[in-house]
Amino acid sequence: MNYTAGKFDIAVIGAGHAGIEAALAAARLGCKTVVFTINMDAVGNCPCNPSIGGTAKGHLVREIDALGGEMGKTADECFLQSRMLNRGKGPAVHSLRAQIDRRKYSEVMKHKLELQVNLELHQAEITDIKKNENGYTVTTRMLGEYEVKAVIVATGTYLGGRIFVGEVSYESGPDGIFPAGFLGQSLKELGLPLRRFKTGTPARVLRSSIDFSELEEQLGDEPPIPFSYDTEDLGENKVKCHISWTNEHTKEIILNNIHRSPLYGGKIEGVGPRYCPSLEDKIVRFSEKKRHQLFIEPCGLDTEEMYLQGMSSSLPEEVQVKFYHTIKGLENCVIMRPAYAIEYDCVDPAEMKATLEFKRFEGLYGAGQFNGSSGYEEAAAQGLIAGINAALKIQGKDDLVLDRSTSYIGTLIDDLVTKGANEPYRMMTSRSEYRLVLRQDNADMRLTPIGYKIGLISEKRWEKFNCKQKLKAEEIKRISKVVIPPSDKINEILVSRETSPLSTGAKLIDLLRRPQLSYKDLEPIDTTRPDLDGNIFEQVEIEVKYAGYIEKQLKQVEQMQRLENKKLPESTDYSEIKGLRLEAQEKLNKIKPLNIGQASRISGVSPADINVLLIWLTQRKR
Amino acid sequence: MNNKTIAAISTAQGEGGIGIIRISGENAVWIADKVFKSVNDKKLAEMKGYSAAFGHIVKDGEIVDECVATVFRSPKSYTGEDVVELSCHGGLFITREVLRIVLDEGAVPAEAGEFTKRAFLNGKIDLTEAEAVIDIISAKSKTAARAALCAREGALWNKITTIKSKLITTAAHLSAWADYPEEDIEEVTIDKLSKTFFEAKAELNKLLDTYDKGQTVKEGIDTVIAGKPNAGKSTLMNLLSGHNRSIVTEIPGTTRDIIEETVLVGDVILRLSDTAGIRDTEDTVEKIGVDLAKQRLSNCGLVLAVFDSSETLDQNDMDLIDSVKDAETIAVINKDDLESEIDENIIKSKINRVVKISAKTGEGYEQLEKMITDIAGTDSFNPSEGILSNERQRQAVLGARDSLNDAIDALNIGMTFDAIEVALEDTIASILELTGERVSEVVVDNVFHNFCVGK
Repeated sequence: MNYTAGKFDIAVIGAGHAGIEAALAAARLGCKTVVFTINMDAVGNCPCNPSIGGTAKGHLVREIDALGGEMGKTADECFLQSRMLNRGKGPAVHSLRAQIDRRKYSEVMKHKLELQVNLELHQAEITDIKKNENGYTVTTRMLGEYEVKAVIVATGTYLGGRIFVGEVSYESGPDGIFPAGFLGQSLKELGLPLRRFKTGTPARVLRSSIDFSELEEQLGDEPPIPFSYDTEDLGENKVKCHISWTNEHTKEIILNNIHRSPLYGGKIEGVGPRYCPSLEDKIVRFSEKKRHQLFIEPCGLDTEEMYLQGMSSSLPEEVQVKFYHTIKGLENCVIMRPAYAIEYDCVDPAEMKATLEFKRFEGLYGAGQFNGSSGYEEAAAQGLIAGINAALKIQGKDDLVLDRSTSYIGTLIDDLVTKGANEPYRMMTSRSEYRLVLRQDNADMRLTPIGYKIGLISEKRWEKFNCKQKLKAEEIKRISKVVIPPSDKINEILVSRETSPLSTGAKLIDLLRRPQLSYKDLEPIDTTRPDLDGNIFEQVEIEVKYAGYIEKQLKQVEQMQRLENKKLPESTDYSEIKGLRLEAQEKLNKIKPLNIGQASRISGVSPADINVLLIWLTQRKR
Repeated sequence: MNNKTIAAISTAQGEGGIGIIRISGENAVWIADKVFKSVNDKKLAEMKGYSAAFGHIVKDGEIVDECVATVFRSPKSYTGEDVVELSCHGGLFITREVLRIVLDEGAVPAEAGEFTKRAFLNGKIDLTEAEAVIDIISAKSKTAARAALCAREGALWNKITTIKSKLITTAAHLSAWADYPEEDIEEVTIDKLSKTFFEAKAELNKLLDTYDKGQTVKEGIDTVIAGKPNAGKSTLMNLLSGHNRSIVTEIPGTTRDIIEETVLVGDVILRLSDTAGIRDTEDTVEKIGVDLAKQRLSNCGLVLAVFDSSETLDQNDMDLIDSVKDAETIAVINKDDLESEIDENIIKSKINRVVKISAKTGEGYEQLEKMITDIAGTDSFNPSEGILSNERQRQAVLGARDSLNDAIDALNIGMTFDAIEVALEDTIASILELTGERVSEVVVDNVFHNFCVGK
């Protein structure tokens, strides 16, 4: 018999990276929130790589933090090693990545949920979501019924999860946890078309079975840089990673057994991520490449499991053993968990508004892999936005929609809801047309005011933020005034950096403008330099050095805004606009873009269609 | 949108074999049914798109002409609307008569370019194509028409696509290199970037060069006829334009204003200005004319410097020779029909191109025509390479080149690749704007400017 288990404002289904941010944000904004996880020990699980961040993903983590999310702080608390990727390629593509202790990460996150006021964490599989007069009824496998005003679905790879290892396949969530086997049917009955995506993960191997003696070491940055603007000090890097390579022999084994891959054998119908391919994918698609790089990363301090980044596979276990053994250092490795592919149900995010609420189902939201994305960071970013918007709506407040020019989060969501996802969506710096403005170093400047306005940033942090802005402004003033006279000391520095020496005095700011010179280079002659947070120097240096280019990009933003400001009424029936091609009518009616800018990004809507829309809009106003 | 049904004769008007009257709009089929009776009594309204019927144009029960009516159904027609094309016998009278009957039944006469305007507004053709059609319609010379036709067939588009794809490949490489620091992707080298940028810049420069030539072909050469009073400037102008235009008298100084006339010399369009004669004068009004004329000499595309062969060179002639030294000039030694007093060698030593003619009798005209064709360079002009034919296109290419220069500068001073990419993406954006693949305010403004939308 079903029983009434409780009444909440918001139910979050799933306590992975999306569910956690959604639940914490909703509860912190004052909504009574319940979050369900199939397994209490899988809260905040990292079933793939034991790391947070990476190219563009590091930006997302910083932005989540600036808005008041949790991922960055917890990553800092569990950090093992941290590196800033792409140094030397320019500040726009600098990306922070941290190796983390994955068990600890899971425990810290679970504890944070437990301690959060307004929040209840339950171990339960949700089997049914039904619409009722005031919102939704969600039912657990134990027949408990929860009455809620809004539901956020963040089911990750659990929904209809199915694991594939060669010829072996069975229903399962990640890491051997139960899948959600009933909810999919319920969502279909509700009217949500589901589809199958797949992803995969490499093997975990025993540390003592690896021969590190001839492998290249990969060390962290000194000092390591934290994700969160709240974290003062990370301490020292705690682990090393190692690099190895596949070879012709690895390739041969994989090609000889490719027919046993469920993907190539046609058993997996789900669409996999091109941007995060399995080793067999890499070998088949880039057959001219002789070798592929892999990284050997520790999974934690209290475990001997090592993760083999870049080596995900769905070949049979016996083939895995063979090909891993061809790799230098892994000749005798013991596989503790085999690599596997997992297929799962997800929705077409084009069904959603930019608030991540379904257009056709008021009060129903989605986030993370359920929305067709891939990656912990992408999931957390959506969870945060879905949680915030569900809470704002219940409280009768305005939506939070971040446009593309404000953030990678805005870019991610705009891409998802405008273009849909034909494969698992991974964030990349090239997805943003405003890279030089949307840097990881200035995420706080861009988003903390928004986080504060919403109510997720504490007064203390807000004060700290304002203080930092003030110090930064003073520093810019200082370097604009300080004149460095020519001297042997300065000219020695300049010559050593291969830039022209001074014959007359130069302002500090002008020296800093030279691409060859950094703050650090100028330290010996900059005697009045104040003792400031490293991030302030970083921001000042970038803003000074890249001023011209940043200005250019801001102009591009401005141009975009003009099309973004041409609003399209939600009630528009595009099939009645003469001149639109049929495909464009259908796509526009499905997406219902908010404005011309968004309409122009829909695939299948051509510039000619946009001209028609613009003309239609103009004539409508007359 | 204008819902009126429009009609026009859409074949060249003259004694052709067939003349086509095109009707487009909501009532096109209904109107055609009123004027056309098929031999098997089938109504056009019952016919599918892309089908034709044989019959007659009938007015008040009388057969006007035999006719094939072709029906196109929206959106599968040139304009995207319902279209009927009535193919009758050619000939000015018949086609005009059929058009008149169609107009009597409720169609309105199409304005120049209106079918194309509707095709563009209905999303049937893109902006560069629409611009090309407008150019075809308004072409004043054969070469101009040929150039527009090449543009209509995508010559410019093809050219631009080559440049564009190179730059996009480079941008993609830069992105991949930044997004996958751990997937040993080939490093982007400064040399390689620099090579790509300079090649693209050279291509853009070539394209910009075509603009002037394109303007020459399309709009003609801004030409000034200069010379001392009564050297025969007005007579020359009349010879070129084939009829009396300026007042021609024997009294020096009768032409005081700059008179503009567009003439076709060979296949070259000349926009002629007949100026007041250049001479020292006390007459204030005439002095203004003389100053104006001198000013024009310095900023026009071609000077026809006219000398009177029946007189010796005087100070006014020497002033003229001096003031055209920087301009593209043809020395026209006029009045070849009279006895020669002039010292040609002095002229030849200062001006490369010299031709002797009699503007009055027309002798020497052919040599003059050949010289003008040579200067215009229209013989070597190859529109199938792609040319820029209007200011919008030129601005887009200029924008692309400016951004490319920024990228090259950034590369030279040692900026990181993310800064270079900002400039590179600006370049690509300008190019996409040129082809209409990217919508921007510029394109939209252009739409409203060129197509009088909403009237």
